[in-house]
Amino acid sequence: MRQLGFLVGWLVKALVVVLAITILNFLLIRLAPGDPAIVMAGEAGAADERFLAQIRSDFGLDRPLLVQLGIYLKNVLTLDLGQSYRNQRAVVDMLFERLPATLLLTGSAYLFALVFGPLLGAIAAMKARTVYDSALMVVALFFYATPIFWVGLLLILVFSVQLGWLPPFGMQSLIPVEGTLARTLDILRHLILPAVTLGLFYVAVYVRLTRASMLETATLDYVKTARAKGLPEWRVATAHILRTALLPIITFAGLQAGHLVGGAIVVETVFAWPGIGRLAFDALFQRDYNLLLGVFLLSALMVVFFNMVTDILLRVADPRIGSRA
Amino acid sequence: MSFLKRFAENRGALLGLVILAAIVFVALAAPVLSPTDPWATQGRPLLPPGSDFVLGTDMLGRDVLAGIIHGARISLWIGVLSTVVAVVIGVSIGALAGFFGGWVDDVLVRVVEFFQTIPSFIFAILLVAILTPGLTSIVVAIAVVTWPPIARLARSEFMSLRSREFVEAAVLSGVSRGRIMLAEVLPNAVSPLIVMGSLMIATAILTESALSFLGLGDPNRISWGYMIGAARTVFRQAWWLSVFPGLAIVLTVLAINLVGEGLNDALNPHLKGRIGLER
Amino acid sequence: MNAITTTQPLVSIEGLTIGLPFGGDRARAVDAIDLSVHRGRVLCVVGESGSGKSMTAHAIMGLVPRPLKVDGMIRYGGENLVGMPAARHRRIRGSRIGMVFQEPMAALNPVMKVGKQIEEVFRFHGVPGPHDARIVALLEQMGLPEPELLRHAYPFRLSGGQRQRVMIAMALALDPDLLIADEPTTALDVTTQKQILALLKTAQAERDMAIVLITHDFGVVAEIGDEVAVMQHGRIVERGLVSEVLGNPQHDYTRTLLAAVPRLEPNPSTKPAGAETLLSADRVTKVYASRSGFFGPRREVPAVTDATLSLARGETLGIVGESGSGKSTLARIIVRLLTADSGEVRLAGVERNLLELGHRELAPLRRRVQMVFQDPFASLNPRRTVFEIVAQGLLAHGTGRREARRRVEELLDLVALDPAVADRYPNAFSGGQRQRIGIARALALEPDLIVADEPVSALDVSIQARVLKLFSDIQHRLGIGLLFITHDLRVAAQVCDCVAVMQRGRIVEMGTSEQVLFEPRHDYTQLLIDSIPGRGMLSAHTGSRAK
Repeated sequence: MRQLGFLVGWLVKALVVVLAITILNFLLIRLAPGDPAIVMAGEAGAADERFLAQIRSDFGLDRPLLVQLGIYLKNVLTLDLGQSYRNQRAVVDMLFERLPATLLLTGSAYLFALVFGPLLGAIAAMKARTVYDSALMVVALFFYATPIFWVGLLLILVFSVQLGWLPPFGMQSLIPVEGTLARTLDILRHLILPAVTLGLFYVAVYVRLTRASMLETATLDYVKTARAKGLPEWRVATAHILRTALLPIITFAGLQAGHLVGGAIVVETVFAWPGIGRLAFDALFQRDYNLLLGVFLLSALMVVFFNMVTDILLRVADPRIGSRA
Repeated sequence: MSFLKRFAENRGALLGLVILAAIVFVALAAPVLSPTDPWATQGRPLLPPGSDFVLGTDMLGRDVLAGIIHGARISLWIGVLSTVVAVVIGVSIGALAGFFGGWVDDVLVRVVEFFQTIPSFIFAILLVAILTPGLTSIVVAIAVVTWPPIARLARSEFMSLRSREFVEAAVLSGVSRGRIMLAEVLPNAVSPLIVMGSLMIATAILTESALSFLGLGDPNRISWGYMIGAARTVFRQAWWLSVFPGLAIVLTVLAINLVGEGLNDALNPHLKGRIGLER
Repeated sequence: MNAITTTQPLVSIEGLTIGLPFGGDRARAVDAIDLSVHRGRVLCVVGESGSGKSMTAHAIMGLVPRPLKVDGMIRYGGENLVGMPAARHRRIRGSRIGMVFQEPMAALNPVMKVGKQIEEVFRFHGVPGPHDARIVALLEQMGLPEPELLRHAYPFRLSGGQRQRVMIAMALALDPDLLIADEPTTALDVTTQKQILALLKTAQAERDMAIVLITHDFGVVAEIGDEVAVMQHGRIVERGLVSEVLGNPQHDYTRTLLAAVPRLEPNPSTKPAGAETLLSADRVTKVYASRSGFFGPRREVPAVTDATLSLARGETLGIVGESGSGKSTLARIIVRLLTADSGEVRLAGVERNLLELGHRELAPLRRRVQMVFQDPFASLNPRRTVFEIVAQGLLAHGTGRREARRRVEELLDLVALDPAVADRYPNAFSGGQRQRIGIARALALEPDLIVADEPVSALDVSIQARVLKLFSDIQHRLGIGLLFITHDLRVAAQVCDCVAVMQRGRIVEMGTSEQVLFEPRHDYTQLLIDSIPGRGMLSAHTGSRAK
C-alpha cells in the first residue's frame, strides 16, 4: 500500500513537471522577439509563407493565448511535440532515437561518481590531516574547479592523440565491428572517456561532501557510544559514521541529477556522442526551437526519473524517512 | 579570535586571495596591459607559444594572451553580476518562505523545487538562445538557474531562526515583522549566505564558460569559453588554444573556491577544528 | 562498612590529570584527583558544568578527545588504563567497563535497529552467535515491552526512557565489572528518572557491579549513591559516604551546592488577599495537525485540552508538567505567540478575548505581557548589544533613545548587573547573567504579566537559586503577575503561590502550592512528588543550610 502511494505520488509529480515545463516552453517561445511562427520555423524556410501558415494553424497561433496553450498542452500529452522543421521529422521520433545513448552516458557517469566519490571521500576522512587526505583534497578541488568541456579536451589530447589508447569521438567505430560481444566492447571503449569526463566533476563534488559529512558525523554522540562499546575503529567508521554520513550525499545526488543531464550536452558535443545533448547542440545551431524545447522536456523527465531513483535509495538507506508520521 | 585572524591562518584561503587579486588586477588593467583589440589579427595563424606571442596565436592570427587578458573582464563581471541577481532573488524568496511558513512556504517551496528539477544548464541554453546571446541574457539565464539553492539555504536559516527565542522576544516587544526579518534574523543568517554566494560566483563563471563554449557567449566580448569553443576544430593540432584559456578558468574558479572556503571556516568557526574521525 | 575499606578497590584513580589546550579558561580540565570505587558500590561524582566530572568518566573509558593529554594512574585489574595500548583498552571497553550517556536521543545510531546495536557488543567482543535469545532476555530484563518486536525497531520509534533502557542494556550486555553513567537521567522526565535509577540499582545488585555515576543533582546522589565525590574546577573538594557528606558537609562549596538544591517545602503564600484577577484562561484547547506526505493520513495531536486557570495581580502561578504535557504551548498561547483552536484568554482591562485579536489589535497590548525564556543562549540575539536587546521594546513603542538608555541602565541595576555592560554583546556573559538580561528585557515595558518558561532549568543549581530569588524580589517589588512554567515541583514550591499540574494537555489539579504539593488529590501529582529524587534524605537535612 505504501509502495503504491509512493509510486502514485511520483507519477503525479512527473505529470506536474511535464505540465509546468510545457507551460514554460510555451512562454519561452512567446518571450522570443518576433513572430512565434517564424521563431519555431527557425532557419528552415522562415521566408516561405505557406510553411508559416501551416505552423500557425498547427499551433493555433491566430487564436487567443489560452486556446493556444490548450492546444499545446493537448499536443504534448498525446506525445506530439511537433515537427523539427529543419529535419522534416517528428521531434518525438528524433528524441527517442537518441535517448539510449544519453541514458548510457549519464547513467555510467552517475554510477562512476557515486561509487568513487564517496569511496575516496571516506578514505580522505579516515586519513584526515595526513598526506593522503591533502593529496586527495587538492585533486578534488582541482576537478571541482575545472570546466567539463576542458577536461574532455585534455583527456582526448592525452589518451587519444598522444597515447592512442581510446577513441576520441563517436559511440562506435566508423567501420562497424562484427558480433554482439565485439560491438559491446567497442561501445564500452568509446564510452570510457566521455563518461569519465562527465563523472569527474561529480566525483570531486562527492569526495568533498563525503569527507565533510563524515567529519561532521564523527562528532555525534552515538559515535562515542559505538566506541564505548569497544568496537574496532574500522567498524565505527563504516557502520556508524559512513552509513549516516552518506544520507546527505544521496540527497544531494538527487538534486544534482539535473546538472548531470545538462553536462551531457557539453560532453556529447566534445565527444560527438550521438545522444540528446548532441542533438540539442545541433538544434541550437540550426535555431530549431521545437527540437530544443523537446530536449528540454525530455531532460526534465529524466531528472524526475533520477530523482525518483535517489528517493527510493534514500528510503532504503534511512528508515526514518517515509515511516515517520 | 577575530574573523581576519582566522582567515589569515588559512594558507589555502590566502593563496586563493592572492591569485584572485592578481586576476582582478589583470581584468581591471586589461586596456593598459594589452592595448590592442583582442579580436584583431596580430600575426600568422596558429603560431605555437614562444616566438613573438608568449601563448601563441589562433587560427585567425589573434594573440591568445590578449584574449585571455581581456577575457578575464567578462568572466569576473558575469560571475559577480549573475550571483548578485541570484542572491537577491534567492534570499527574498527563501526569507519569505522560511519566515512566514504556512501556505506561503508551501507555494514557494513548490516553485523552488520545480526550478531545481529543471535541468538548469539546458534551461540556461534555451533562455540565452531565445533571448539572443548577450551580456543581459547570459546574466539573466545564469541567475534564473542558480537561485534555488540559495533560496533553500535562506529558507532553512530563516525557518530555524524564526522559532529562536530571541525572535519570539522581539515579537513580544512589539517589534514590527519587517524589522524582525531585517534586523533580527538576517544578520544571523548572513554568514552562510555570504559563503554560498562566494562559491556561486565560481559556479557562474563555469556556467558562463560552458555557454560561451557552445557559442552562446556575448558576440561582442571575448571570453575564455568562447576561445576554447572556437578552437575546438583545431585543438588536436594547436593544443595551446584550448589549454591556456582553460587554465585561466581553472585558476579563477579555484581561487574563488579557496577564498569561499576560507570565509566559511572563518565565519563559521564551530565547523572547523575537527581533528578527524578519531575523536 | 569496614569490609569495604579493607578489600581492594575495583578501580582506583591516583593523580589523574587531564590538560586542556592553550587558551582555555584553565590549564587543566582535571587536576590530580584521587578516587576509588569498590565492587557493589555506587560512587557519585557531583559538580556543576565544567567541573571536569565528565572528563574523568571519559578518561576511564579511554575516550578523552585526541589533543587533550591524560596523566596519572587509573588502576583496574592490576593494570594502568592510562596509556594502555588502544587495542587492549578497546577490549576492556564495552565488556569489562560499560558506559551510558546523557542524551538517549543522540546516543543511539538513528539508522540501525536497536537489537543490532546491542548485538554489535557481542559480535565485536568475540561472543559466538546467535545472540538473539540473549538480546531478547536483556531487553526483557530492562523492563522493555515486547522485546521480541522492539529489537527490530529503530531508535526514533522509542521514547526517551526506552532509549535509555536500550543504552543500559548495551552497556550491561557482557556483565561488566564497572558501569559508568554520565548524567544518565538528566534528559529524562522525573517519573522516568525514578524508574531508570531503580533499574540501575537492581542491575547493580544482581551483578555485584560497581557504578560511577556522574551527576549535577544532589537528589540523584541521595537516591542512589553510596559514596560521593564533589568536584569543582577539576579538583575533588570533598569525598565521603553519601550519608556523611549530605548530613554534614565539610567544604564550603559542598554546602553552597546543597543549600541551592530546591527543596519541596511549603512557601508561605504572599498572595495579596482579594487582589483583582489579572489573567484568566477558559477552556483553552489546541490541537496540532500534521500530515505525513501528500497523501498521508492527517494526524492530530492534542497539545492543550480545556485548560482553565486564573491569576491575580502580584500572584505567582506555577504550571508544572513533564515534557509533552502542553505547558509550553499553553504559555505561548497566553502570550499570543501561538493561537488556540478554541477557548478564551482574558486580560484585565481588555474587553475582548485575546485569542480573537489580530496582529494589529495585539500590538498595543504586547507591552503588558512579556516572557522570559528557557535557553539563555538562544534567547539573546548574538548580533546585538545588551542595550539594543533590553531597549528593543522601548524603542519599538516610541521611547526616545536617550530615555531608553537611562531606563536600560536602571533595569540592569535592578537585575544586579553593572549598567556599564550595556554595550557588550551577549557572548561576554555567563548563562546566569544572560538570564538576568532576559529578565531586564521582559521588565523594560513595565508589563502586568510575565510568563517565564522554564527560566532556570538550563542553569547550574547555585545560579538557579540566585535567579529564582531575583524573580521573587522583583515580583514583590513591582506587583507583577507571574506565570511560572517548570518541570520541577521543588522549584514551583519555592516561588509559586498557586500551582497547576498538567498531564497530556490537561490541567489535572490546581490549588495553592501548599495544598497541591503537600495534600495532593490527583494520582499523577502524587506520582510526581514521589519521583523527586532523594526526597526523604535531602529534606531531612534542611538544618545544614548555608547562610
